[in-house]
Amino acid sequence: MGESDSLQGKIVKAWSVQPVLVPLYAILLSFIVGGVLIAIIGVNPFEAYWALVRGMVGSPDRVAASIARSVPFVGSALALALAFRAGLFNIGAEGQLLVGGILAAWVGTFSFLADAPGLVAIPTVLIAGAFGGLVWGGVPGVLRARTGAHEVISTIMLNSVALFIVRWIVNSRDPVILRDTAASVPRTEQIADGAVLPQLVDSEPNLHFGLFVMIAVAVVLAFVIARTTFGFEVITVGTNPNAARYAGINVNRIIVSSMALSGAFAGVAAASEVSGTNQFFQPGTFAFIGFDGIAIALLARANPVAILPAALLWGSLLAGAPLMQQEADVSIDVVRIIQAMVLLFVAADAIVRYLFRVRDQGGRHIDATNAGWV
Amino acid sequence: MTVDERVPVLEVRGVTKTFPGVIANEDVDLVLHHGEIHCLLGENGAGKSTLVNTVFGLYQPDAGSIHVRGEQVRFGGVSDAIDAGIGMVHQHFQLIPVFTVAENVILGNEVTSGPFLDLNAARERITELGTRYGLKVDPDAKVGDLSVGEQQRVELVKALFREADILILDEPTAVLTPGEVDDFFSVVRSLVDQGKSIVFITHKLREVLTVADRITVLRGGRVAGTADPSSATQQSLANLMVGRDVVFQVEKGESAPAEVRIAIDGMSVEDDRGVLTVNELSLKVRAGEIFGVAGVEGNGQRELVEAVAGMRPKVGGHVELLGRNATKLSPREITELGVAHIPEDRGKHGVVGAYSIADNVVLNRYHHRPFSRRFIRDRQAIASEAETLVERFDVRTPGVDVPIQNLSGGNQQKVIVARELSGQPGAILVAQPTRGLDIGSIEFIHNQIIALRDEGAAVLLVSAELDEILSLSDRIGVLYRGRLVGVFDTAETSREQLGYLMATGAASDAEASVV
Ligand SMILES: Nc1ncnc2c1ncn2[C@@H]1O[C@H](COP(=O)(O)OP(=O)(O)O)[C@@H](O)[C@H]1O
Ligand SMILES: [Mg+2]
Repeated sequence: MGESDSLQGKIVKAWSVQPVLVPLYAILLSFIVGGVLIAIIGVNPFEAYWALVRGMVGSPDRVAASIARSVPFVGSALALALAFRAGLFNIGAEGQLLVGGILAAWVGTFSFLADAPGLVAIPTVLIAGAFGGLVWGGVPGVLRARTGAHEVISTIMLNSVALFIVRWIVNSRDPVILRDTAASVPRTEQIADGAVLPQLVDSEPNLHFGLFVMIAVAVVLAFVIARTTFGFEVITVGTNPNAARYAGINVNRIIVSSMALSGAFAGVAAASEVSGTNQFFQPGTFAFIGFDGIAIALLARANPVAILPAALLWGSLLAGAPLMQQEADVSIDVVRIIQAMVLLFVAADAIVRYLFRVRDQGGRHIDATNAGWV
Repeated sequence: MTVDERVPVLEVRGVTKTFPGVIANEDVDLVLHHGEIHCLLGENGAGKSTLVNTVFGLYQPDAGSIHVRGEQVRFGGVSDAIDAGIGMVHQHFQLIPVFTVAENVILGNEVTSGPFLDLNAARERITELGTRYGLKVDPDAKVGDLSVGEQQRVELVKALFREADILILDEPTAVLTPGEVDDFFSVVRSLVDQGKSIVFITHKLREVLTVADRITVLRGGRVAGTADPSSATQQSLANLMVGRDVVFQVEKGESAPAEVRIAIDGMSVEDDRGVLTVNELSLKVRAGEIFGVAGVEGNGQRELVEAVAGMRPKVGGHVELLGRNATKLSPREITELGVAHIPEDRGKHGVVGAYSIADNVVLNRYHHRPFSRRFIRDRQAIASEAETLVERFDVRTPGVDVPIQNLSGGNQQKVIVARELSGQPGAILVAQPTRGLDIGSIEFIHNQIIALRDEGAAVLLVSAELDEILSLSDRIGVLYRGRLVGVFDTAETSREQLGYLMATGAASDAEASVV
């Protein structure tokens, strides 16, 4: 009657079975399916994968590029993870990234930052990004708490709202809002030099200090969830909101704050990209980072620390795919298909447990999706 | 299927089943004959569910064998057991609330016509099974809209739909009201009359003596004995179950009521659907007394307690707790005042099942020292508090980091009682404190409540068990359609008088003194 009734409850229960093994099997299975696909189009899958691996880690620069591609995914995955712990599906990282990103880019051009030292300017930009995401994540939280509007619906809507607003802000020439009219493509102006995150490797894309920012955010979140009273409140609300209310926890406050914080994680990730990678804001650079974050977070079972390797895998695959296309003539889309497979197998991990005969200690199957006649 | 009535339809021989750290069943024998109701009796945690889950193919026995109609079987899973004609109604129903009765019944066993579900055929069978066994259910009703009793009938129909002729019912009456229990027994009888054989699990002695043809008592995973209902008594069964002499009467001294601690004045409360369920109710509970609220369930008990505890808004009236106006306070504020609350629904409000015993022990004071310092939880302090309370309140568990959902209901309730009573509350709201519990736990919890009263707490007790109200309360109020229709001193009333008032809402000849 309690927690096991909710969808989250069931998912978390299914996740408790071999939390490491099942995701690894899901990845393996996806590569097998991808390999079969590659073979069907007439290419030796081993050669294709070898090219993919070299594309991912074949040289120090490629390793750096892979890591660089992965950094923003950490934020968008954390955005799902925290809300998920509170029993909420935050599908809105896409929009939260955009709002955080444009706010960071705008604040980065403030004149007072021009001469400010990095220790002031960089945090200012990151906080601006976090704030943008916080607002954009907090709104669906408030709607959920006040009116019961389901966060899945409202975050999806807000993704579109954010996209069209930032496009207008960045594209519009009449009036000019934030467009850099000198640039050939629609983008904002360069942020102040002092607000640019320190660069680590001049790879393509370049690896910057945002890496450490996102690792720190993930570790802090892991600590908050595991050790703080706030984390306890979040998880209690996520597992059994009725018991949470009985225990005196303000459920609505937790819903709003975990959605807002989730949004802030996406916002920080966007700010780190703006400040570290491009030094300006261009909406297209954030396409799908939010959605991929959902897959990464689910692969990592909403565990903030596990999100780090999961995001690394995701970013590396994307970074390595072009070499596979170049050398083995296998479209980049194959990597996208593999990633979609990973999401599929992670979401329907009963398939994986069945194929690999994974069972829990008691020797029984537990299924999130199929709790039939048992 | 030809039936040789001398061969047991189900025989369990020497079954042992262990879980990490627990021997749930040890060398258990059970013989079920054709057309028999075999009661499996035992306290919570005795291993009853484990035994029948093993029979049903959910677990593999570590040792021993299972025989169906004389043939040894090895079930790889539930579907093998179903194929062998075994059906089971679990303690926790396995229905999907958004599906209709018919859809639930055919789930996993879909009757199809071509590529389509043949719901019509299913409907007909359900209706036919319903009339045959007295299991009236509307095939098109949504399961989520059904009462618990109706859902149970759906579970039974589901088993019968799969042609089960050995039915295992795991604590079927734990969730039913007294009226529903009577209906349920007549269904069970009509099932055996028509050739089904039934394993009926319970820990309620009265029920065993009413329905059983044969009784097996489990204690600590072993068979403590078998008994014949014609010669057994409640006392003899209770002694077998608990392993010592059981006292049925609670010992309790005179009460010494002092100042008013709970004062409810003209309170009105609505239920979830917005129906006025508590209607301008007033009552007072003094320090050092137990005020029992008797009444047939559904007369506003839940809303009364939840409203006083701050979990449900009041649409009118005042509540004063420990001398403070508590009408508009939140659950947290009320707890901090020193008011404890043992909630009616253990699984829904009382515990977070996936949490450890330790986390459940601090569920409503996790934010206080020493359990948290500057927002950081101190797991050491939490664990040591839990260990102390587990010891003091006799919670049977391998450790305090075990998820509480692995404990029996009685032990879960003891954790709740430990949490709520250990904080020296000045007043306590107690709702259905012993529902679904075994004798040992009931005795223990009753004594704890009385001890708290003797220390000077005000106790507001709500229970559907009239016996419980009578043996614990100093004063008794009868709740009828959201109003207190009579308040009595326990010594000056009788079971009959209260029963009449509960059923009709009107005093018969006795005078009701309203406070
Ligand atoms: N899946 C499980 N894992 C570990 N221990 C279990 C499990 N199921 C039951 N137990 C333990 O086995 C014992 C018997 O439990 P159970 O069969 O549920 O008792 P009953 O149904 O008689 O109340 C208890 O100590 C319980 O904690
Ligand atoms: Mg049981």
